[in-house]
Amino acid sequence: MSEENKGALGFKQDTPAERFLNGLIVENPTLVLMIGMCPTLAVTTSAINGVTMGLATTFVLALSNAVISLLRKVIPDTVRIPAFIVVIASFVTLVQLVMQAYVPVMYAALGVYIPLIVVNCIIFGRAEAYASKHNVVPSFFDGIGMGLGFTCAITVIGLFRELIGGGTMFDVQIFGEGSVVPGPVGYFFSLYQPIRIFIQQAGAFIVLAVLIAIMNQVKFNMEKKGKDTSKFGVGGCCSDVEIKDPKKVKEELLAKEKAAKLEAKPETIKPGDIKAPEKEKVLSGFEQIKATTAQANTNASIKEVVTPGEEDKK
Amino acid sequence: MSDMMKVSSNPHVRSGVTTSNIMMWVVIALLPAAGFGIYNFGIDALIILILSVLSTVLTEFCFEKVLNKKITVGDFSAVVTGLLLGMNLPSTAPWWLPVIGGIFAILVVKMLFGGLGQNFMNPALGARCFLLISFPAFMTNFTTDTYTSATPLAALKAGEEVSVIDMIIGKIPGTIGETSMIAIVVGACILIMLGIIDLKIPGSYIVSFVLFIIIFGGHGLNGAYISAQLAGGGLMLGAFFMATDYVTCPITAKGKYIYGVFLGILTGIFRVFGVSAEGVSYAIIIGNLIVPLIEKYTIPRAFGIRPVEKKEEKKA
Repeated sequence: MSEENKGALGFKQDTPAERFLNGLIVENPTLVLMIGMCPTLAVTTSAINGVTMGLATTFVLALSNAVISLLRKVIPDTVRIPAFIVVIASFVTLVQLVMQAYVPVMYAALGVYIPLIVVNCIIFGRAEAYASKHNVVPSFFDGIGMGLGFTCAITVIGLFRELIGGGTMFDVQIFGEGSVVPGPVGYFFSLYQPIRIFIQQAGAFIVLAVLIAIMNQVKFNMEKKGKDTSKFGVGGCCSDVEIKDPKKVKEELLAKEKAAKLEAKPETIKPGDIKAPEKEKVLSGFEQIKATTAQANTNASIKEVVTPGEEDKK
Repeated sequence: MSDMMKVSSNPHVRSGVTTSNIMMWVVIALLPAAGFGIYNFGIDALIILILSVLSTVLTEFCFEKVLNKKITVGDFSAVVTGLLLGMNLPSTAPWWLPVIGGIFAILVVKMLFGGLGQNFMNPALGARCFLLISFPAFMTNFTTDTYTSATPLAALKAGEEVSVIDMIIGKIPGTIGETSMIAIVVGACILIMLGIIDLKIPGSYIVSFVLFIIIFGGHGLNGAYISAQLAGGGLMLGAFFMATDYVTCPITAKGKYIYGVFLGILTGIFRVFGVSAEGVSYAIIIGNLIVPLIEKYTIPRAFGIRPVEKKEEKKA
């Protein structure tokens, strides 16, 4: 696993292989980015549920990433979320109908969580953070990597929950009464009493927490060995926020301040004072009383316009 | 004496009270109830208690040994957890039930959250609920050689008559430590006299529970019904020994009353409207979860500071 990590970090940016490993390990959506928690916690009562859910999500993720990447220059920025939803929802409908026709058992087991793939945070996150900014091929592989990373994580969670909570593994009885293991070992296994809490909701949290702890330990060990883990956990939905340089933020703020000054100047010349408080309200969101008191001194009002913005950025 | 002469920064006056002191007294106060449980249920109860204490202490020891941490087994808190857990199990429990419970209580509820003082819920109760959800059949099997009837609370819920005298003495089926009201109250009196616990939480818990039962219980001011509800189940054990756990109860005086009333109402809701006849353990666990919230809103105001100034401080 560590060799693969090295590869993922060493690979050239945005090549298919790099994207694939990135989604699978470095930015694993479930264990590192911790997005898409709803299906992770809800459908992982058994390993087979995890596999099916993961593969369905992978299919939607890869194809919607590719289509959104193709359409990225056509989709207007202001309505991109509804546009993404249309693309994603059509693929989800496809998956839903296919599953209903060919694997009705799994369709019944997953229930409402199949249509809910539409609002899965991983798919939105990748569409917004990656597919809408990159070419088709890396986007497609990004989807596959992320999807398989998700699949692996929830399958492992499902495996442990099923094994501890029910004694079965892919519906084969390993522990507990009726164990398929023969001989004295089988007799020993058959004495196992399933710890039912792991099938229930609380068990999902316990298993997930343990897996995340293991993932953090792996990362910690790698850091100890002096490997570059700076890419771990950065990216996905949060990449825009994380990457922002403090210097850049300051520059932006200064530019805003200048713009505000330029805007405010002509207003002070105007004799009609009615417009000033309105402007104040839009910019700062302060109470009207404060705005009217600040009206007298334009310099002071500009300061008040800028400071809340600064606080937000911090 | 040498403890009182340490050269250090303040505080300069130290009392002899330590964690292990307090925990030892809690163990001693639990002994009457545990002893009655052993008398009532026989050797099975003793084995369960020993196993559960051993598993909590050994788990704590091994965890700290493996992670190269300071060994804190000597502070008796693991013993208290183990004893409370054992007293919360039925005497018919198979041998592995207290072992799994003890490991879960110490490893998951206590140690993974940072050890003594950091756990957000009572380890013994956390383990009890864990076992209750995982193995409901074993946890509610109160049928022993001497007792074949349902627990008095279950009988009460079914509308049958119960003997209140038996319930107060403790000659009833139930978990090992909860049956005898007298033994629990004796232990609680020791703790109250020593000042280890005060009556704020148990008092407000029991009073609010009684009020809830009178109003919503459906029997009005029926003395027999109320005293049966008080003496039955884990109410006494929970109110005096588990709700008052230092780590998981509020530290402010006002907060303690709020916490007690909250527990009383929750227990009443679970017992009167719930499916199960008992609700003390879930009530206390849910109460544990809202303790940080209670503490946040009941921080006493420092002398001389006006509330207006405090507000401004918060805003800045």
